[in-house]
Amino acid sequence: MKLLDADNLSASYGANQVLFDLTFNLEIGGITAILGANGAGKTTTLRAVCQTVKTAGSLTFLGNRIDGRATEEIVKAGIAHVPDGRGTFTQLTVEENLRLGAYTRKDKAEVAADIEQMFTRFPRLKERYRQQAGTLSGGEQQMLAISRALMLRPRLLLLDEPSFGLAPLIVKEIFDIMRQINQEDKVSMLLVEQNASLALGLADHAYLLETGKIVLSGSSADIKADESIRRIYLGY
Amino acid sequence: MDSLLQQISAGLANGGIYAAIGLALVMIHQSTHHINFAQGEMATFSTFIAWALIQQGVPYWIAFVITVVVSFVIGVLIQRIFLKPVEKAPVLTNVIVFIGLLVIFNSVAGWIFDYTIKSFPSPFPLEGMFLPKYFSGHQIGSIAVTLVVLLAVFSFFRFTPLGLAMRAAAFNPESARLVGIKVSWMLALGWGMAALIGAVAGMMIAPVVFLDPNMMAGILLYGFAAALLGGIDNPWGAVLGGVILGVLENLLGAYVIGSDLKLTMALVLIVTILIFRPYGLFGKPIFSRV
Repeated sequence: MKLLDADNLSASYGANQVLFDLTFNLEIGGITAILGANGAGKTTTLRAVCQTVKTAGSLTFLGNRIDGRATEEIVKAGIAHVPDGRGTFTQLTVEENLRLGAYTRKDKAEVAADIEQMFTRFPRLKERYRQQAGTLSGGEQQMLAISRALMLRPRLLLLDEPSFGLAPLIVKEIFDIMRQINQEDKVSMLLVEQNASLALGLADHAYLLETGKIVLSGSSADIKADESIRRIYLGY
Repeated sequence: MDSLLQQISAGLANGGIYAAIGLALVMIHQSTHHINFAQGEMATFSTFIAWALIQQGVPYWIAFVITVVVSFVIGVLIQRIFLKPVEKAPVLTNVIVFIGLLVIFNSVAGWIFDYTIKSFPSPFPLEGMFLPKYFSGHQIGSIAVTLVVLLAVFSFFRFTPLGLAMRAAAFNPESARLVGIKVSWMLALGWGMAALIGAVAGMMIAPVVFLDPNMMAGILLYGFAAALLGGIDNPWGAVLGGVILGVLENLLGAYVIGSDLKLTMALVLIVTILIFRPYGLFGKPIFSRV
């Protein structure tokens, strides 16, 4: 069984169609990257998966159709989204943000343990425990956003440009931890990135989007090895 | 000196009521950025429910509890029935709905309970138990009840998961949805709680101003001034604003402007704040980064 199956997935904002018949799937335990230029529809693809945008076509998550379901239910089913702009609750404290991440969980006893685990992963968050999230640095906010999403104990983590606006050193730190999370906690990921080389370094599979259509897909190794693809589409 | 202290204590009692109404306004404003103009009439209607129950021989505190619960349910239903359909509509549409609700509650109250002025019982003894010289029993009781309600509301928001979810939904609805919070229901709960707070305020002020369908018209203005004075996005500010306003109103009324201009003072205060400090005494100015 696939983790996620998208079949002829389209999405539009009002009359403005942004995604055209995307068909792709995610392996359980894998990391998949969606690459593409600005405006290619990467962010919309993630929004389509958690149904915060109007879609057509089918979406199947672990054998269950999720298209047309409410976002809250999809979250409950185990899909956590770290949206662009990070989506942290800036007026709330770090602790409250983490507690909110576990809002739909019933095993309240284990939530405290999970918060501790986030602090082992991101020690910097522990120092800022009682601080308002809005006062954190960009890197810390991204760490908080990822931790918040992990508090759901998701099967699938959607990440929208986790490297955006961050210093290279912090980006490396965050990507290392994401690899760790994927390997140790078996959290599958769907990653959107403009920085193609960074994304291909983490992901095992990639799709390339151009103006709302998938123009190319393959294993990261193949894409990296193909010089013409790299030159034409990825520009490095 | 004695009369000064009496004015202050009466001001504190009224201030508690303004604080409660202010808080109810702030709660709805925080989550929807709208001012619920019907807040006062909803509270009046709740007070009528309590009055009818007491007329039927129901003991005061049982009537109090029933009223609070019924008001909560009415608040939730109003959001579900009247406001959910216009959730995404322009501000003006919402304002019209609020005004519609105001008129509906006012006339339904008049229709069912008629417009004659009714006395509303106070559950507290006439003579205060503490400091009887300056406080009447009802003043002390009213301050105590208001304090208990405010503390309960703040504890709910601060310490319970549902309270946290409601705050999250108010601050950032998109992200709240992404952690699995049913945002629209949180708004409904907020309406229920605002109606509940309003009901308590109505029942506490009714023995002082007497009950009729227009009872809350002036008090809503004070509540609005309280919320603005404290900062429309700051619940603590609304409460402090209410208390300050209550005392100020009584002192100015007794010594400076006379009782005829009390309500005018609230309006002058609203205009002054909007001009010079629109974010209130304790609110934070909002800057958006482009």
